[in-house]
Amino acid sequence: MSNRLLEGTTEGDRLKLAAGGAWIAENARPLETQIDGATRRYRKAKHVDIDMGGVERLDTFGAWLLERLQRAFSARGCDTQVIGLKEDYRALIDELHAVKPEAAPKRRDGGGFAYALASIGESIVAVGGSFASIVNMLGALAVALLRILVHPRRFRLTSMIHQLDNVGWRAVPIVLLITFLIGCIIAQQGIFHFRKFGADIYVVDMVGILVLREIGVLIVAIMVAGRSGSAYTAELGAMKMREEIDALRTMGFDPIEVLILPRIVALLIAVPILTFLGSMAALYGGGLVCWLYGGIDPDIFLQRLKESISLDHFEVGMIKAPFMALVVGVVSCVEGLAVRGSAESLGLQTTASVVESIFLVIVIDGLFAIFFASIGM
Amino acid sequence: MAGNGHRDVVIEVRDLVVGFGDHVVLDHVDLDVYRGEILGFVGGSGAGKSVLMRTIIGLLPRRHGTIKVLGVDLAKAADAQRQAIERRWGVLFQQGALFSSLSVRENIQFPIRENLKVSQKLMDELAVAKLEMVGLDAGALDKFPSELSGGMTKRVALARALALDPDIVFLDEPTSGLDPIGAGDFDSLIATLQRTLGLTVFMVTHDLDSLHTVCDRIAVLADHKVIAAGTMDVMLASDHPWLRAYFHGKRSRVGDPAEAGQGLGG
Repeated sequence: MSNRLLEGTTEGDRLKLAAGGAWIAENARPLETQIDGATRRYRKAKHVDIDMGGVERLDTFGAWLLERLQRAFSARGCDTQVIGLKEDYRALIDELHAVKPEAAPKRRDGGGFAYALASIGESIVAVGGSFASIVNMLGALAVALLRILVHPRRFRLTSMIHQLDNVGWRAVPIVLLITFLIGCIIAQQGIFHFRKFGADIYVVDMVGILVLREIGVLIVAIMVAGRSGSAYTAELGAMKMREEIDALRTMGFDPIEVLILPRIVALLIAVPILTFLGSMAALYGGGLVCWLYGGIDPDIFLQRLKESISLDHFEVGMIKAPFMALVVGVVSCVEGLAVRGSAESLGLQTTASVVESIFLVIVIDGLFAIFFASIGM
Repeated sequence: MAGNGHRDVVIEVRDLVVGFGDHVVLDHVDLDVYRGEILGFVGGSGAGKSVLMRTIIGLLPRRHGTIKVLGVDLAKAADAQRQAIERRWGVLFQQGALFSSLSVRENIQFPIRENLKVSQKLMDELAVAKLEMVGLDAGALDKFPSELSGGMTKRVALARALALDPDIVFLDEPTSGLDPIGAGDFDSLIATLQRTLGLTVFMVTHDLDSLHTVCDRIAVLADHKVIAAGTMDVMLASDHPWLRAYFHGKRSRVGDPAEAGQGLGG
C-alpha cells in the first residue's frame, strides 16, 4: 500500500494530487520520498489541489508531510488547497499548520584546526579552573574548621564516625590483601634478580625501605582514591542533582561543614591507619616470600630489617599519609559539587575525581621525595 | 461519548493482584478501558493508582490475574509481539523521566530514531511540530532537561510520549505541578490530541478540573479495589462515602451543579 500514497495529474497549470493509503509513521519514509518527488517534478503548477479523500489513516507524521507539501508549493507562489479531508483530521491539520518553520538545527562543527586549538584552550582553562576550585575548597574547609574550633559542638561526630566506618574499617580487608600481595611480589622479584649477584640478603633492605617510604602509602592512597574518593563524588553529585545541597543551604547549614568536613576528617584519620596496616601487611608478605622462596629465615629477615631501616623511613611514609588523604578528599568533594543536572555529568565528574586524585597523589609523592632528600631524611 | 454497549476494549484488567511483601496493594482488580476514551483514574494518595498503571505497562510484576492490551496478554506474548504493543503506547511519567544526557530534541527523536527509518530532516521537523503541539516553541529544542522548568519538563515528556503517535497514552498525574492556566491548556491539549488521533488516554490524576472537563469516564480506586467506574454523573450520584468525600468535598466544584464545567474550581 505504500506505493500509492500520492499521485499527481496535471491540467495546464493546475495540478491535482490524489493522496491514498495510510499516511502514518510506518509509511513516513516512502511518503516523504513521494512528497519531495512531487514538489520537484511539478514545477510549472500554479494551482494545486490536494485531494485527501482517499487517505484511510492519518497521524502526525502524515499530517506534517501534508503541511510540508503545502508549504513547498506555497513558497513558490502557488495557491494550494486541501480537499476531501475528513472532519476528524481537521484539528490535527490545523495544529500542524500553526507550526512555525524552524531554521536548520545548529550542529556543532566537529572538525578543523581552529576547533582543535579551541578544545586545547578549553581544556587548559578547565585545568586552571579545577586548580582554583581545589584551592577554594581548601580555604572553605579552613574556615569551617576554625568555626568548629570555636564551637566544637557543631562538629558532626556521628556523620564522621559513619564515614570512618565506610572509608576506614570496611577498607581494611582489601587494603591488607593488596598490600600483602604487593609485598610478596616485590620480594620475589628482588630475590630473583639479586640472586644473580649473590646479593639475596639485600632484598630485605629493598623491601623494607621501599614499602615503608613509598609503596605502602602510595598503594593505600590510590586504593582510597578509587574506593572512597569515587564514592564521595558520586554521593555529593547525586545530592547536588536532587537539590539536597540547596535544601541544606536554605535551612541555614553550610554544606562544607555538614557534608564535606566530616568526610575529609574521616579520611584524615583512616588513611594513616590504613597506611600503617598496609605497610605491615606488605612487610609480612615480603618476609613470607623471603622465607619460602628465598630461603631467608624469619629470624635473619627481622635482624636484617632492624639493621637496614630506621625510624626515619617509617616516618617518611606516615607523614605523607594525611596529605594524601587531604588531596583525595578535597578533589573528590570538589568534583562532587561540580556535578550538573545530567546522569552523564555524574559519570564524568566521578571519573575526573579518581584520575585527578591519583595524579595529584603521585605528584605530591614526588615533591615529598625531593623535600626529604634535601633535608636528609 | 459515554455510551457503553459494544465498545472496543483496549485495556482489559481482570482479577489483578499486586503486592509487595506482605502488603497487598491491588486486590482482585477489574478494569476496562475503551478505545478512544479518556479515562480518569483517581484514588487516595498511596492507594495504588500508579501501581496499577506501572503494572499495566509491565514495570511491576503481578501475583495473579491477566492484563490484555489491544487484545494481547502481555504476560504470555512473545518478545516481538510485546515490543510491537509497547510501540503503540506512550507513557508520561510523573517526574517526566526525560533522558538527562540528551537534549530536548534528542529526547523527542529518541523513540522515532529507534523504531522507524525516517530521515533526519523529517525528525527535526517533527521534533519542532511535536514541541509546538505541546505548547512550547522551538527555542527549547537544544536545552537539556536540567535547564527546564517543571511545566516544560511535563510538556517535553508528553511530546516524547506522543513521538510515535501511539494508540494509548498513559499519563501519571499530568497536571500536577502546573499552574491552573497551564493545567487547563494541558487538558485541552490532551482532549485535542485524543480527538484528532483517536487516542485512548489512561490518566492518573487528582485534578478535579481535568476530571470534569476532559475525562469521559472515571474509575475510582479505594480499599485496594476499583470501587466505581463511570461518568462524572455516576460519580456524583454515588453514595459511597469515599466518593462523596472526594467529589463533594471542600475542593470540589459541585456545590452548585450549574457551575460544573465552567472552570471555577475550589
